[in-house]
Amino acid sequence: MGVKVIIPTPLRPYAGKRDSTEVKAGTVGEALGRLTTEFGDLRKHLFTDEGKLRSFVNVYVNDEDIRYLAKENTPTKDGDTISIVPSIAGGCD
Amino acid sequence: MASGSTLKMSTEIAQKIRQHGAETYPHECCGALLGRDGVGADGTAIAGGVQLPTREIAALFPLVNRRDDSPRNRFSVTAEDVREAEKAAGQKGLDVVGWYHSHPDHPARPSQYDREHAWPWYSYVIVSVANGKPAEMTSWRLSDDRAAYACEEIVVRDHAAR
Repeated sequence: MGVKVIIPTPLRPYAGKRDSTEVKAGTVGEALGRLTTEFGDLRKHLFTDEGKLRSFVNVYVNDEDIRYLAKENTPTKDGDTISIVPSIAGGCD
Repeated sequence: MASGSTLKMSTEIAQKIRQHGAETYPHECCGALLGRDGVGADGTAIAGGVQLPTREIAALFPLVNRRDDSPRNRFSVTAEDVREAEKAAGQKGLDVVGWYHSHPDHPARPSQYDREHAWPWYSYVIVSVANGKPAEMTSWRLSDDRAAYACEEIVVRDHAAR
């Protein structure tokens, strides 16, 4: 058993149409690294060219927002669930 | 550049999007598009190399614009709002297949800001609201490489979601 990563609907076409996958990871950063190694097309939608998580990509470990934990250094253990949840933004200029 | 994908909605839903844009003018409105992708492939490959089927909007989930600081030219939907919209969609046997927002006194064309903040796969409907009156409505999808938005055809007709 590893860490379950839930993939949001708009990214499923880039993850073999899967809604979740399991990875072995000790931190959120490791988990996202494994995820984007397995599904390379996900990388540009999750990370900027500088390798930072995009501002509208929200990551939760067991329903806790990692921004209020240790961000990508947030520890994970077998049985944890990481959810990637979109936020939406735009505007006319 | 047209992507070849098509977004269907009823006249009632199209009217509700326009009305929401008029109600919040001069601020931007926003909400979720609840629907499903149909069978058959009449679209161009832009999402993960997969053919895009015709998409039908069956319901809306209007949201409050969270951008209190700049509501005339920005909208924001929080992750919590997204989860609420997904829950509402699930209860109807639908998916959140996109988002709508208004451009007060601006054309219904995606801005650079729109593109930079867009997700792939979702349909992004934009309604222009000029002097408080809803005008042109368009729909867009982000390309696989995030470099461009492709326009998708909106087909409005009665009972499109049936």
